[in-house]
Amino acid sequence: MTATASPAPAARTGRSRHLAGTGTLLRFALRRDRVMIPVWVAVNALMVLSMPNTIKGLYATPAERADLMRQMATNASLRAMVGPVFGDSLGALTAWRVGVYAGALAAVMSLLVVVRHTRDEEESGRQELVSSGMVGRRAPLTAALLAAAVANAALALLITAGLAGQGAPGALAFGLGVAGVGMVFATMAAIVAQLTESARLARGLTSAVLGAAFVLRAAGDSATDGGTAQAFSTGGGSSVLTWVSPLGWLENLRAFAGERWWVLLLFAAAAVVQAGVAYELAGRRDIGMSFLPTRPGPARGHIGTAGALAWRLQRGSVLGWSVGFFVAGVVYGGMADGAAQLVGDNAKAREIFQRMGGQAGLTDAFLAAMVGMLGLVAALHVVSSVLRLSGEESSGRAEPVLAGAVGRLRWAAGHLLLAFGGSVLIMLLAGLGLAVGHGKQVGPVLGACLVQVAGVWVVGGVAVLLHGVLPRGAVAAWGVAGAVLLIGWIGPALDVPQLVLDLSPFGHLPKLPGGRMEWGPVGVLSALAVLLVAGGLAGLRRRDIGG
Amino acid sequence: MTQAITVSGLHKSFGRTHALDGLDLDVATGEVHGFLGPNGSGKSTTIRVLLGLLRADSGAAQVLGRDSWTDAVEVHRRIAYVPGDVTLWRNLSGGEVIDLYGRLRGGLDRRRRDELVERFELDPTKKGRTYSKGNRQKVALVAAFASDVDLLILDEPTSGLDPLMEEVFQRCVAEERDRGRTVLLSSHILSEVEELCDRVSIIRRGRTVESGSLADLRHLTRTSVTAELAGPPDGLARLPGVHDLDVQGRRVRLQVDTDKLNEVLRSLSRTGVRSLTSTPPTLEELFLRHYQDEAGSEADDRTAEVTR
Repeated sequence: MTATASPAPAARTGRSRHLAGTGTLLRFALRRDRVMIPVWVAVNALMVLSMPNTIKGLYATPAERADLMRQMATNASLRAMVGPVFGDSLGALTAWRVGVYAGALAAVMSLLVVVRHTRDEEESGRQELVSSGMVGRRAPLTAALLAAAVANAALALLITAGLAGQGAPGALAFGLGVAGVGMVFATMAAIVAQLTESARLARGLTSAVLGAAFVLRAAGDSATDGGTAQAFSTGGGSSVLTWVSPLGWLENLRAFAGERWWVLLLFAAAAVVQAGVAYELAGRRDIGMSFLPTRPGPARGHIGTAGALAWRLQRGSVLGWSVGFFVAGVVYGGMADGAAQLVGDNAKAREIFQRMGGQAGLTDAFLAAMVGMLGLVAALHVVSSVLRLSGEESSGRAEPVLAGAVGRLRWAAGHLLLAFGGSVLIMLLAGLGLAVGHGKQVGPVLGACLVQVAGVWVVGGVAVLLHGVLPRGAVAAWGVAGAVLLIGWIGPALDVPQLVLDLSPFGHLPKLPGGRMEWGPVGVLSALAVLLVAGGLAGLRRRDIGG
Repeated sequence: MTQAITVSGLHKSFGRTHALDGLDLDVATGEVHGFLGPNGSGKSTTIRVLLGLLRADSGAAQVLGRDSWTDAVEVHRRIAYVPGDVTLWRNLSGGEVIDLYGRLRGGLDRRRRDELVERFELDPTKKGRTYSKGNRQKVALVAAFASDVDLLILDEPTSGLDPLMEEVFQRCVAEERDRGRTVLLSSHILSEVEELCDRVSIIRRGRTVESGSLADLRHLTRTSVTAELAGPPDGLARLPGVHDLDVQGRRVRLQVDTDKLNEVLRSLSRTGVRSLTSTPPTLEELFLRHYQDEAGSEADDRTAEVTR
């Protein structure tokens, strides 16, 4: 050994090289997500930050708010939907009202970001080219997690700053909690992305975990004061089930109601452990490979028509949506009576529920509000299903099919049948679920769900029109569905001008059950949907394919 | 002989780019027709117009005697298409895709399908994403060769195939020709085109610049001659049609317009010839000439732009 300067020890170089290029990849990821992440963060923050004013409008005096809190304590089904109330301050009520949803939105954003920059890249083959450069083995996963961390940090910052007026410690706890849920699901997605070969499946599985977390928390909250569950509850009246779910941790953090700061450690621990598992798994596999192997398929095929192909491509998602809508229906149906009781005591809340749901019968109004909400979500299904056409076309898979003896209309018809027929199917199943959960009014509830289809079809029609006439702008259909969702969701609570509410097709539908059936608007909307589809198909027939 | 493909005066623009600028193409029934041109010259655009996927701005395109746009579906019953970059559905096996493509056309010859799967050494049970580039091409090639059709439209079909598979492909095309089918083969592999094609069309910037049999095309270009003479050459430089003359003592190398070859040979034999090689232009040279022309005219364009 001489005293001359030697290169850094090999071991250290080797390890640091695992992360080579992370900074570049992170900047690249953030650049690619420069629209997606800000939109997710902004929508989530807006939802949270608009809530104190909304609650103030509904429950103006402390006495009213204390009353609401007392009511909630005795209403299991509503607690299951939004969680328990821990305090009667505006901040505590905000955390109560939107906490679960803000956490869920952060989770969805995070899982999309992580899968997009890990498994998506490998599946498309782009990762190979990137990894052939000066990019360490752990750099892609690290960059993806950091991108999610940046998004969640921005969200935490906005929420903390925006709610600081309600109490700085609570605002900080709530902001960090929401971001914590996001990071738990970011690292969860990082694990799942190692397991599956398909990005779509990775997103689906992580979303299923999120759904399970939601159900566990809901079950835990509704059980909290319910006899035997009390025995398992770990102090402060929270059932043990809520400690199993990251969404439950967010409640147990008790922002604005005597923050339990140590709960934040749970988020940190879970994120660190899951990230560790993800890195460990990633280190044990080759690029592009997965732990759940792809099984071989049949050597001969039975798919012989464009319609059969569409069914084969969409059957999985039709099944998923069907199950989801039925379960959601059962859950909401079960809550209907309890919810009506609670709302009945507050004049302003009753007014809002009635604006969303129509007539005075509060159980009916609640059911109508839920039916309306499911209709709005079904609009997302119809858009994703219609845009399969767009995906097939831009990926180049449509070309060889259309180079066969398949007319363009026939090719589109298969997917459109599943999109438009599928929305009838899932709304029917939602109605069946509601009827099962509620235990009465089978006919009216089913009818109410079918009426929503007219609104869903209009949104689907817009998607078909965009794909037919402006193929490059077809993704704008998501924007339309999102706008309709926002108008329907937040519109009634805020005093949005009627002009804006009228933009959504769902605003024109009769509020059922409970309201009077009006065939006029339903007929007009259905006719409009038919026109939009016809316009889109006419455009599709005339335009260039692909490119 | 009837025409399988007749294209005349085809124009197609994408925004401000003129992809096709009055393109003509004639493919006779039963021939293997090579379709050549540099990247971005409009080959794939032409093919996609022939498939009725793109609508031409003006000009006529007839395939198997029908209009390629209005009668697309009937035409497609009798043609098979292989794109240069095959994308498959992630969750469908190769075998399922082969059978689907076949059924979407005129139908599939089962025996030939199985035989082709064997010859191309393709595992039909693997799923879409797990195939390599070459294997994805094989899926589309097997489906095309096993389909019961009259015309095959192949757009750089062998990209990603190894040399052994390339040979299988060439044999398959030869078999198709023997069975009386027509093949339009767009390719960059000139040896492949030289081997397989009866006639070729060379396009550049959306326009056909040469079309004919290889013999015809060769006739229009220069032959290179290398000779060892008995004495110093005399008067070669004055002969018409001689280019790139290079004299090193008694060794002579030159290029000559093929229709002027006779005079050159006469002049050489007057001096006395010890050895002589005369090479007809390869397709590569034909092709390079057009490439170089293009590079030249592009340079001109640039100068023009600068001086303006």
